[in-house]
Amino acid sequence: MEGDIVQMGAYIGAGLACTGMGGAAVGVGHVVGNFLSGALRNPSAANGQTATMFIGIAFAEALGIFSFLVALLLMFAV
Amino acid sequence: MATEEQSEGLVFHPMDQFAIKPLFGGDAVHMYTPTNATLWMALTVLCIFALFVLGTRGRAIVPTRIQSIAELGYGFIHKMVEDVAGKDALKYFPYIFTVFCFIVFSNFLGLLPKAFTTTSHIAVTAILAMAVFLTVTILGFVKNGAGFLSLFWISAAPLPLRPLLALIEVISYFVRPVSHSIRLAGNMMAGHAVIKVFAAFAPLVLISTGIGLAVTPLSIIAITAIYALEVLVAFIQAYVFTILTCVYLKDALHPHH
Repeated sequence: MEGDIVQMGAYIGAGLACTGMGGAAVGVGHVVGNFLSGALRNPSAANGQTATMFIGIAFAEALGIFSFLVALLLMFAV
Repeated sequence: MATEEQSEGLVFHPMDQFAIKPLFGGDAVHMYTPTNATLWMALTVLCIFALFVLGTRGRAIVPTRIQSIAELGYGFIHKMVEDVAGKDALKYFPYIFTVFCFIVFSNFLGLLPKAFTTTSHIAVTAILAMAVFLTVTILGFVKNGAGFLSLFWISAAPLPLRPLLALIEVISYFVRPVSHSIRLAGNMMAGHAVIKVFAAFAPLVLISTGIGLAVTPLSIIAITAIYALEVLVAFIQAYVFTILTCVYLKDALHPHH
């Protein structure tokens, strides 16, 4: 019985970890949206900054990935 | 059949495709057992060999189609290393290019039907990321001595803030290999699992003609759309892995902010 409750909690927690996806989505959207609005104002400078945009996306996405990590830990390690 | 489907849920489990199986029967997986992961890694190396050794063997002035693909890839990564990490990082270009080729080819080979995606396993990407992390850390200390620690001591910030920032910088430095590896494995695993989830919905028309008539075409369209997205993601994740390697390398070569 006790194990069932622990497993239920782990499943609920893994589901709740999905809300991290929303945060990552906001972050990535913010990075790309700002890049695009800057790039449309000054298209000649845009090409040189694509790499920086991808680095920004990667850092924003990393925090969403950590919620995936938490979900994995809850499902398989706890 | 309908009752069995309802009790079992999906026709197959979306994570089944990531199972490691021995190639020649049996169940036990030892460190020397040839598995499907070994097979697809070997195929990756063969594809790289075919593109870069056999493809450019002619050394034509006017390149053939395969040679120009190889030259495009080489030039793309060469320019990226030069732009992001600086001219003195070009010494380490062969390693970065090797990592890029391995990731991009295993990502694309994993998109073939029935294929096994080696980069969807955290074990594989963790080795790649740990190799980068250890190399970069050792390189930083060899090149700069104790001056490498100035990476964590941000002299541009006001003095009272610096210890706090140093703590945050140290934590974020040691989280690097974690996020570096899980980003790649997570993206690959999630994308392929989504394709399989829709693939499990697709035969619904065989089970119930009512809702199946609507769900089956929709899920087939969804598979197609997500597959197209995955082709994009396969390249972008290899690109992101490589560009982050360049960023970490730049930190090791020039730690002063």
